[in-house]
Amino acid sequence: RDFNERCAQCSEVNWGLTDGGGFYCRSCHNVIERTREVVNTDFITNSRVQTISKGSKKQEKNEGGCEWYICEGFQLVLKKQVEALEALGVHPQMKDEILCNFWRCYLQKSKQAYCKRPAAEAVKTLSVSESSTDVDSDPERPSLLHLLSLSESEGDLQTDCSSFASSVSKISESTSVYSGSVDGSLYLMKNQKEKLRMTMPMTLSFCYMALLWMREPITLSEFLRFVVEGHIPYLNIFQHFPEKMKLCGLDLKIFCVESWPVYEEVFNKMHELAAYLDLPRFPDITESCFLHPDMLCMKYLMEANLPDELHNWTCRVVKKIGIGEVDFLTLMPGNKSTRKVKYDVLAAAVIIVVLKLFFLLDDHYEWLLSEFAEERNKNNTEVCIFYSGSPYFEFKRWYEVVKHSLDMKQKKLDEERAKYLWRCEKPLFYSVKKKSKVLKRRQMVVNLQNQFGKLSGSVQRAKKPNPSSFQLSWSEESTDGSCFHGHSLKGVLQEKCGLLTAMNPDYWLCTVKLCNEKLCGHLAHYREVEFPQSYHFVLGLFSFLLRVQPSYIHDEVCMIEHKLFNKKLYKKLKYNTVLRK
Amino acid sequence: SSNEHKLNFRKSKEACLSYIQDALLQKQWKRAAEFLTCYVESLEKDYSREHIGPSEMIWRIGTEILWHHSQSSMKEFNCFIEQMKTLGVKRYLKVCLEHVFHLLCNGQIAEAYQNLSLAESWRFGEQTAIQDKEMKLIQAYRGLLDYYSWSKQKNILLEHGEDGFSDLAVEQEMHGYFRKAAVNLKEIIKIPGVWDVFVKCYVDLLEFYGDHNEARQVLNEYAYNSKFPANPNAHVYLYQFLKRQGESKKSLISALKILHDIVPSHELMIDFNTMLQKSKKRKKRRLGLEVIFTALDYAGWKENAKAWSCLARQVKQIVISEKHLDWIKQEWSSRKDWWPAFHFSRYLAKRNWQENKSLSYEKALVAGLLLGKDCKYFKYVSHQGCKAQLKRFRMLKKFMNRHNLVYLRISG
Repeated sequence: RDFNERCAQCSEVNWGLTDGGGFYCRSCHNVIERTREVVNTDFITNSRVQTISKGSKKQEKNEGGCEWYICEGFQLVLKKQVEALEALGVHPQMKDEILCNFWRCYLQKSKQAYCKRPAAEAVKTLSVSESSTDVDSDPERPSLLHLLSLSESEGDLQTDCSSFASSVSKISESTSVYSGSVDGSLYLMKNQKEKLRMTMPMTLSFCYMALLWMREPITLSEFLRFVVEGHIPYLNIFQHFPEKMKLCGLDLKIFCVESWPVYEEVFNKMHELAAYLDLPRFPDITESCFLHPDMLCMKYLMEANLPDELHNWTCRVVKKIGIGEVDFLTLMPGNKSTRKVKYDVLAAAVIIVVLKLFFLLDDHYEWLLSEFAEERNKNNTEVCIFYSGSPYFEFKRWYEVVKHSLDMKQKKLDEERAKYLWRCEKPLFYSVKKKSKVLKRRQMVVNLQNQFGKLSGSVQRAKKPNPSSFQLSWSEESTDGSCFHGHSLKGVLQEKCGLLTAMNPDYWLCTVKLCNEKLCGHLAHYREVEFPQSYHFVLGLFSFLLRVQPSYIHDEVCMIEHKLFNKKLYKKLKYNTVLRK
Repeated sequence: SSNEHKLNFRKSKEACLSYIQDALLQKQWKRAAEFLTCYVESLEKDYSREHIGPSEMIWRIGTEILWHHSQSSMKEFNCFIEQMKTLGVKRYLKVCLEHVFHLLCNGQIAEAYQNLSLAESWRFGEQTAIQDKEMKLIQAYRGLLDYYSWSKQKNILLEHGEDGFSDLAVEQEMHGYFRKAAVNLKEIIKIPGVWDVFVKCYVDLLEFYGDHNEARQVLNEYAYNSKFPANPNAHVYLYQFLKRQGESKKSLISALKILHDIVPSHELMIDFNTMLQKSKKRKKRRLGLEVIFTALDYAGWKENAKAWSCLARQVKQIVISEKHLDWIKQEWSSRKDWWPAFHFSRYLAKRNWQENKSLSYEKALVAGLLLGKDCKYFKYVSHQGCKAQLKRFRMLKKFMNRHNLVYLRISG
């Protein structure tokens, strides 16, 4: 699929593979003699023997393995990930068209920088390699010669790769750094400033980028949560590499991760990638999109067990500050002036701002309102229920119910984190010398796991739970009143000039002045002790749901507040931190 | 930076360890096992920079869990320990030794002996020299078990002896064990350390075979060699040995001197005081007074009737002889502020009278002489004693009437 040459017959670039591994043009079914060479990878177990040189030094080292390049490995990783996404319900188009194209584009961009040799020089190298028998380049690589003899034009991708391959073999022979892949050492050594070097976390950026392009109904935080929960392969993904692709030495540094990537990392990388690939404007995010703040607010309101009525207000805020606009929401790669939109964090922040609008959240007012509502609710039960309809929303009760569930979930999550198993059955070793030691250790670990596993009582290793979009759920049928969706905001609303507004006249800004994000990376600096407990609680709730740090959401809240109170801020003198609406 | 909260292998395992720790402290063995199962894969990672590596952690934690868990058996325990022995060669002998302790706790003496012998024959290049200390310990414990076997044989012999049988085979065995034990025990006690158990056993052996000189030397070394850590028991053993040997009071007294310095509250202080009181030398008698006063400074001695009787006897004797009242004055000067509340309160008077009349008698005597017959303690006890028409209390009253101004001279 990386073969970009035009078909001789129909001039299309639309290649496929025959069962025999030969290339054929999909448009006109022209079969050519070229066979898959090492660079192209849809690694299936019956890979072409022609491309695998027998008796080469590397061959012996690999013990029946084959030569493979790092990018092939990553291609396989991406393939597995997108297949998992497909299994979760993502449209197959993502795999066949979107991600595929992104990847191809990336390969092109980065490979051109890899070689650093203009085409002419590349040809020179070719001829040198062909004629000599005693040069540094490994003479026992018929595959290379095979390639070279087949290459047809200078600017060809294959040629680039061939010269690249030859340069690699030169370098790796001289430095003799060990890796199962052909270019492992080179990959890590080279100065990667001009191009984006591929890493494991970046595979997630790729996936997310494709998901965003397709406007699939999944947020980044959800996606990352699925990764951590094991629904998307990430950790130990090399298990899925075919037998022949031996992983050792420096490859481990590249493919074996021992940490979960965080939202910020994946998010920033994605944008870097989009710009690097020179992608055009992404498909529009409109009001009907899942990622639109109105939609996400509805979802999060439900998950946070807050009254549905609040949704009207989140929509109003969204509208007022213009964050529901298509141009604001749609990603325009390379545009450095606009702030990159984090759809999920944004929606959470909107909800928090609305809560502040109604309840102030200064550790005082919200409890007063709650008492008031409680009184009303008590009185109402004495009067006929039919009149009042839904009960008044009581902040206090909501806090107790949600906190209880949240604490339980958090505790469970903390335990799960402590119980993660990072290793897998497939052994990893840096060098063949260490292999036996590694295997022995693995055996001991398995023994110990069995021995102590039996003593763990009836606790089983829980099966992977089915991926669910909601982490907290509240049943509207429950009679204990623990679901607040239907509750009313009557107690906190008042009518003024024929319009409904919040009773709360006050508001406090999270920060009077925003930091310069480019300088210190944040819009504000959140410290728990400086803010009310209720605010911290609400931040904590969404922090748990989205698996991001509270400060991350706090930044968004500051941003929204500054948009909302823009005019007032400019009018304000320095003494005020509390504004009157 | 923002990556501090990132969850990685190391943090995950740290959290795992703290869960294990909590579970262990709360004796929740199942839960500890659950988390340990997740922790063991740390073995596959390089922790060479950490102070305590995962292999040691797993050894120690696993041992605790298997030892206490209800479903765990000795067989499983042994199997686990054997695995641990292969994990860290630098710790091999230590693991062996602790394994032996566990076996002994479980009463498996023969298995313990086997393991010790095996461990003794272990050789591993330069590690053998590095783990020299552990090796000596292993040899010492084997010696100890040999002593134990010797002791059993000895008892058999003694029994047979009573019946009139003489069993040559048993005797030979016994001597065999003696030789093996003596060699190893002698070695370990050469090294500065606290070797109470080894010393006792070794001395026992030596005494049985009549080598009293060697025994004396050993005990002297153990007690007086400054290289050895200060050990009250060393002096106790020496004293007991000398007593068994029928040594003079002089040497017995000198044996207890240091003990008094290190542990003034030791129970042998009564013996010490008794010997000192009777001495002809003034200095010794003076020391005796100091010894008994000091011992009674300790709360654990408050109700020790014997100690009070020693003090009472000596104080009475001094008062009657009218010589050396200044001794009492000296001892009392630092105590007069707090002994009254500590020993001679009205509450204690009541309680002592109820619980132990002899105790209250002795204390009353002392109180009367030190504080005068009008002090709370004496008044109460004397009154009660006379009411009960107990002769000695009547005598006490009379005595106190005769000497009721002594306390003034003592308090100065």
